Amino acid sequence: MQIIVYGTINSVSLALMALGFAMVYGISRVPNFAHGALYIVCGFVCWIFLNSLGLNYFLAIILSLLVNALIGALMYRFVLIRVRGMNISEIIGSYAIGLAILEGLRWGGFKGMTYTLPVFMEGSITLGGVPVDYHRLLMMIIGVVLVGLLWAFTHYTKLGLALQGMAQDERAALMLGIDSDLMATLAMAFGAMLAGVAAILILPLGNIVVESGYHVLIMSIAVCIVGGLGSWMGAIVAAFLIGFTQILTVVYIGSHFQMVVAILAIILTLIVKPSGLFGRQHELEERV
Amino acid sequence: MDIAQARKERIDRGIKVRSDGLYALMSLKELSYLTLPRFLLIAGMLSLPFLMPGMYWQRVISIVCIYSLLALSFDFLAHYVGLVCLGGAFFIGMGGYIAGILNTYFGLPPVLTIPLATIIGGALSTFLLLPCLPLKGVYFAIVTLMYPLFMARIIEAFDIFGGTDGIIGIDSFSNHWVEQYVVIGVVLGFVFGLRRLVNMDIGLIFTAIMDNDQAVKASGINITLYRALAVFIASSMGCLGGACITHIYMWSGISQFALDFSILPIAATVIGGAGTLVGPVLGCLILVPVSELLRDFGTLRIVFYAVILVAFILFKSEGIMEFVQRKYEQFERWTKI
Repeated sequence: MQIIVYGTINSVSLALMALGFAMVYGISRVPNFAHGALYIVCGFVCWIFLNSLGLNYFLAIILSLLVNALIGALMYRFVLIRVRGMNISEIIGSYAIGLAILEGLRWGGFKGMTYTLPVFMEGSITLGGVPVDYHRLLMMIIGVVLVGLLWAFTHYTKLGLALQGMAQDERAALMLGIDSDLMATLAMAFGAMLAGVAAILILPLGNIVVESGYHVLIMSIAVCIVGGLGSWMGAIVAAFLIGFTQILTVVYIGSHFQMVVAILAIILTLIVKPSGLFGRQHELEERV
Repeated sequence: MDIAQARKERIDRGIKVRSDGLYALMSLKELSYLTLPRFLLIAGMLSLPFLMPGMYWQRVISIVCIYSLLALSFDFLAHYVGLVCLGGAFFIGMGGYIAGILNTYFGLPPVLTIPLATIIGGALSTFLLLPCLPLKGVYFAIVTLMYPLFMARIIEAFDIFGGTDGIIGIDSFSNHWVEQYVVIGVVLGFVFGLRRLVNMDIGLIFTAIMDNDQAVKASGINITLYRALAVFIASSMGCLGGACITHIYMWSGISQFALDFSILPIAATVIGGAGTLVGPVLGCLILVPVSELLRDFGTLRIVFYAVILVAFILFKSEGIMEFVQRKYEQFERWTKI
């Protein structure tokens, strides 16, 4: 029972982390290696709004999400747009931006003292003999609702359909009058916002530390690769797969191996089936 | 003259054209035009240890050379074989640990451990990377980025080879002159060696694999074999650097798998000029001392070189080397349209 409860919680938080990365890659084919940095930035901005400016927690969350979306959009508009389509430059460029943000935060006094965000709701509930605090429960509910909303957004709104069209075939989308640069900028903004949502939901459970930016990046890459780059359904399934495997390794082998499992999952998936579980890339494109 | 009515025109310098063919041998002036850049590089590298003010900066020169080796191997793999390898730290760590193990557990002197670590490390890295060789582009990049992280976690989790403390008590070079001239000699050797290699038949095959692997396959050439060979060359260079750094610091540990070793060489390659083989060395000569100067600012130096990297990718993606080479070989003038 313990394994099921913690496994589900872990899986949902992994899925939350990875959604933004999967979305940006799925739509604009830009591997956003600054994803972890955006995650931490959102937590930090929220902390500033909350503690330095003394805003209401709800207001602070909304504002920090908007700020994060703006950062993502600016990053795409001014940097990534110029290297789009050049795989290596995309990776190096976005990674360099992420590195600059994270190390800049580390340098800018964002160390030593512990920064924490308050949980949404105190207290806990017992589920089948396992105590679960309300915040984790809320996180799961919001995660599920978020996935549902995203699904509805991409299937039933005009903007969502435009994004999906671009993900499927950019040239055809261009011909139908969809501005691909605008769409990619929006996708990046949404991706940054999703990273922010993950941060707001997950960070109250621990401290805001710069290192977790790298951790989030690795985990979201792991999830997206195992699920298949560019496939959202795959990402969610993979999040559950990796989430449960991680909890099982913690229970039966030891917590040292948690990260080993994630990295091993990436390496094995890439070697055996690079398109992942649900990848839509053709075999020929990625393999010789 | 109004800008709109003129354009810039680039023309080869006369001396460049004259020294293109075999007749360059007839004139001292043209000979020196050809050899001057090479001579400058060799003489400059060899005189560096004398020009440095103290032990500290001489040590920096050794580090520059080790990063140059990594940057060279990245440049070779990415622009002549078409495999973008983001895992320079993997090679450094492999070489470093193997040299450390050979030195402390088996008692071999540095004269033996460095060549052995180069060969064994290269072979081992190639063997471990063998399953990923069919991958291309972003997939190979991500998988190689994960390798050093994986190795570090494995060593941490199993607590082998000294665990998080690393292997200590490793012999150093006999003195710092030997240390510096070994690494400088190795870098110069590899720069000119790789230049020769990519112009030989095998280099042609490497480039062909990068451009169109299906066509190479269709001509009956085993591309995995050639890729493995290229990875072996590149990883041996990285392992050589790792072995040297282990003996310089008399220590090998998990931090040799750190991202620093993967990122800085790539930054140096981008800044120096991708695909030129000399560019990465120049890039390291600029970046490493700058990051040493900024050591007081702590992690701000990482921000600094990340920003330089982005700026170069956006505004000067050809790199310093291409720019200098163009200036050396061509002149520009405005012409009326």
